[in-house]
Amino acid sequence: MRKHHVSTIINGEPTEFLCEPQLTLLDVLRDELNLTGSKEGCSSGDCGACSVTVDGRLVCSCLMLAVEAEGHEIETIEGMARGHDLHPLQRKFLEHAALQCGFCTPGLLVAAKALLDRNPSPTETEARYWLAGNLCRCTGYDKVIRAVLDAAAELRAE
Amino acid sequence: MLDYTAPSTVEEAVRILAGAPGTAKVLSGGTDLLVQLRSGRAKPGLIVDIKKIPGISGIRERDGGFVIGASTPGAVLGECEALRQAWPGVVEAANLIGSTQVQGRASLAGNLCNASPAADSVPALIAARATCVVAGPSGRREVAVESIATGPGRTSLSPGEFILEFHLPKRPPRSADAYLRFIPRTEMDIAVVGAAVSLTLDAGGVCADARVVLGAVAPTATLVPEAAAALVGRKLDETSLAGLDQAARRACKPIDDKRGTIEYRTKVAGVLARRTATIAYERAGSIDEKASRIDHH
Repeated sequence: MRKHHVSTIINGEPTEFLCEPQLTLLDVLRDELNLTGSKEGCSSGDCGACSVTVDGRLVCSCLMLAVEAEGHEIETIEGMARGHDLHPLQRKFLEHAALQCGFCTPGLLVAAKALLDRNPSPTETEARYWLAGNLCRCTGYDKVIRAVLDAAAELRAE
Repeated sequence: MLDYTAPSTVEEAVRILAGAPGTAKVLSGGTDLLVQLRSGRAKPGLIVDIKKIPGISGIRERDGGFVIGASTPGAVLGECEALRQAWPGVVEAANLIGSTQVQGRASLAGNLCNASPAADSVPALIAARATCVVAGPSGRREVAVESIATGPGRTSLSPGEFILEFHLPKRPPRSADAYLRFIPRTEMDIAVVGAAVSLTLDAGGVCADARVVLGAVAPTATLVPEAAAALVGRKLDETSLAGLDQAARRACKPIDDKRGTIEYRTKVAGVLARRTATIAYERAGSIDEKASRIDHH
């Protein structure tokens, strides 16, 4: 099978890889590039655990072929903290205990960051609709929403 | 054995698609195609990604109407203020498809060509009298959106053809559209029934023109001229709404499944048509009020 050469920028770093055409961006992130923070939940775009941004827009990396990443900028959960300094969203998720098993957490964080980048002061309703494509099967959504709104407030104050 | 190519011109895309009849699949946002690839429902030999074609994604105003590139993601439609003002029903329908993540990729052309009877954007596009430009081996043709889907998963497109863009016409004054769907939850589901209504009112609030389209109650989205006829020539009142309700129910040929029985879908179609018409009517009237307020000052 012919492999395609793909040039992208991932978390600010120019990154090149070879991939077979049927591989998803999620497959390549996890299995080729060892960026295993993005999770494979459903592989059908329903659960949001594989959320990344492409040119700033939130997408499911399981619903995108890796070859489609050519020429685009990808941000994953690995790009969120600055060294040992957690992003305010990450800190607030810990403070509010907005996770238990943690499988949905990278996707929720990436999705929540995409929300706050666009809308620094979302209402609770806006946050809930924005995150409706990120499923959590253990913690429940109240703590997640509280953490997101608290992080938004802290980011606005800065 | 699957291969992938991303042509950068319409002509190249047509040539590649026509040269691989039956085995090539057009890739736009991929939110349906990738799921079908994974499940094995689609087994193409070649994926033709059309997103590298200039102009295939984006919205531009032309002759008072809009040209929407085939691959424009739903999120981009929702961010276009001018489009939301002119065609609120088309935008709200497109924005109901899937999650925020799906909105980042899913396109009108994909929603149309996937040819699900429950596609949310399709009834709204048909109500809007939207057309699409189809590119193919014999050139380009502009056709009504309702001529594309012919049944669940089937379209009228010939080998080598794909949709390039959609055209939404210029709106007369006091016009508005709306789309509602019924789902058993509040978000992230597939329509049990969808209803789209587009109206134009005269200066006295009498309905001068109407289009009513139902989704998910027949093999394809269904234009219901009898339902529109019940609205035209009157203000929106109990008589016209009752006529609309009855005509909508008569047009239903739904399936019977766990998400809704025939009886249930039929009843909901009437109710939803009423509610959608009421929203479109209020929007068309409030556009008039806004315009006249500006005139008076």
